[in-house]
Amino acid sequence: MTAFVHRIARQERVLSPWLREALFGYLCLVPWIVGFLVFTAGPMFASLGFSLFRTDFLNTARFIGLKWYEDILFTDRLATKALVNTAYYAFAMVPLSTALALGIAVLLNQGIKFQGLWRTIYYLPSVVSGVAVSLLWRWLYQPEMGLINSLLANVGIKGPRWIYSETWAMPSLIIMALWGSGGAMLIFLAGLRGIPTSLYEAAEMDGAGPFRSFWNITLPMLTPTILFNMVMSTIGSFQVFTQAFVLTEGGPNNATLTMVLYIYRKAFEQMYFGYGSALAWALFIVVLVFSILALRSSRLWVFYAGE
Amino acid sequence: MQRTVDIQLLRSRIERVSLRAFLYIVVAVGGVMFAIPFVWMVRTSVMPMWQIYVFPPQWIPAELVFDNFRIPGLPFERWFLNSTVIVLLNIVRAVTASSIVAFAFARVRFPGREALFLVVLATMMLPSQVTTIPTYLLFSRLGWLDTYLPLFLRASIADPFHVFLLRQFFRTLPRELDDAARIDGCGLFGIFWRIALPQSLPALGVVSIFEFTYNWNNFYLPLIYLNSVNKFPVALGLRLMQGQYRTNMGSMMAAALMAVAPILVIFFLAQRYFVQGIVITGIKG
Repeated sequence: MTAFVHRIARQERVLSPWLREALFGYLCLVPWIVGFLVFTAGPMFASLGFSLFRTDFLNTARFIGLKWYEDILFTDRLATKALVNTAYYAFAMVPLSTALALGIAVLLNQGIKFQGLWRTIYYLPSVVSGVAVSLLWRWLYQPEMGLINSLLANVGIKGPRWIYSETWAMPSLIIMALWGSGGAMLIFLAGLRGIPTSLYEAAEMDGAGPFRSFWNITLPMLTPTILFNMVMSTIGSFQVFTQAFVLTEGGPNNATLTMVLYIYRKAFEQMYFGYGSALAWALFIVVLVFSILALRSSRLWVFYAGE
Repeated sequence: MQRTVDIQLLRSRIERVSLRAFLYIVVAVGGVMFAIPFVWMVRTSVMPMWQIYVFPPQWIPAELVFDNFRIPGLPFERWFLNSTVIVLLNIVRAVTASSIVAFAFARVRFPGREALFLVVLATMMLPSQVTTIPTYLLFSRLGWLDTYLPLFLRASIADPFHVFLLRQFFRTLPRELDDAARIDGCGLFGIFWRIALPQSLPALGVVSIFEFTYNWNNFYLPLIYLNSVNKFPVALGLRLMQGQYRTNMGSMMAAALMAVAPILVIFFLAQRYFVQGIVITGIKG
């Protein structure tokens, strides 16, 4: 590699230094450009194209225009259900996980003893996400002998059937996901450290209590971090798959059928690549709309101290 | 007069102390709730079968049983090896590709740099589903199904997230060293290789950790691309095991514990990198 670059450099000695630098820059970008064209931009447009075709098997493709999108919106009740379920999950997860992460971060930032230990405890669950965690929670949610209902029984509450109940299956997914809010908490902790202490001292001089200073200093100063976490959480929530696949298998009665799970079933279990692509684009458009809405609305509520 | 001041002082002191006590109680109760699932997993995995299902649940095993960690009929060791290979290959790819791309965005001047970087940022937000189906068809045409190539040549060879992270890091390095190296006749690649990279080991550590946790936990791609049980990574193997050991909670939890153990070990060895990585992405985003 080095020899190759040197040879190019020698050959280019005739070129101006500016041009040599630019050529070197483009050469460095090759891995990304190839990856972007072959595995991102190309497939993106290809799937947009696929979504306009009826493709039961690879060889018989028939152009049908926007028929699939019509089906998603009006005919296919499972698609509607998947959209509604995904929206339910996202609209619960985004505010709840942000509030929980912010709450823990603020508590841990009060000059508490053993802060590092607490931070580790709250952060650890987010590191081990995936199948193992879903299997663990299946066991925790087990209605008769699982830990959660046993603990509830201790205080005289008869727990629901969690992942086996149509009503409680989605909350089960959400509670498990909230357990993994540690990443956002760390970002909030870093944001809290960035707030100058002089602001709090000034507020205390003016007689503001802890709740006042939280409302008037901490919260406004953290709004850029809140926006960042909310956008990331929106993008992640709309793509929830592994938890729904392993914990509840989309059930019961499709109560936890999410968009990505439905795309997986249509495209990779039933081989409807055209319809799967249309579903993927429908999801993409929904995510895009909500991300843009969050960013647009940020002008109204995000406060940038530097400006 | 003195008395009222004393009482006021005392009152504010009591308020302060009780507020602190309340703070510690909330943090501790929350901490217990976050830790309990792990404890439950460990206790189930080392308990004799009869004790696991006793009601109300018992926390202390009557005797320590490690039979659950032997999982007959399933190639668990093989899955571990597979996961390790997948993770290591991806770390090598991520570190080499992302660092050279990020260096170009941070330090090399060329027309269109800012515009291209905006494209990188935009792809960070792209849900992978819009690219999965055509990529799958491409790989199947190439005959790469049931191989590790699709797991290795993921959506973008240089992950936009890592490019962003490393670019931010390269930009914080002092430029004086660059100039000195240039005067000494070092080319741009020399600056990247001899100056930027050695100073960026912490950031490369962060990228490696991200790749490690992502690939170790990744379930969707192996699920789509791999069919042979012998090629499964641990995550996919666990899912297979769920079908056979559905009722044997001791074995299920032992397997889950083994699956998360490498991540826990890496986490405790390199906690600093985990925290740093999260913080860099959050703050500078």
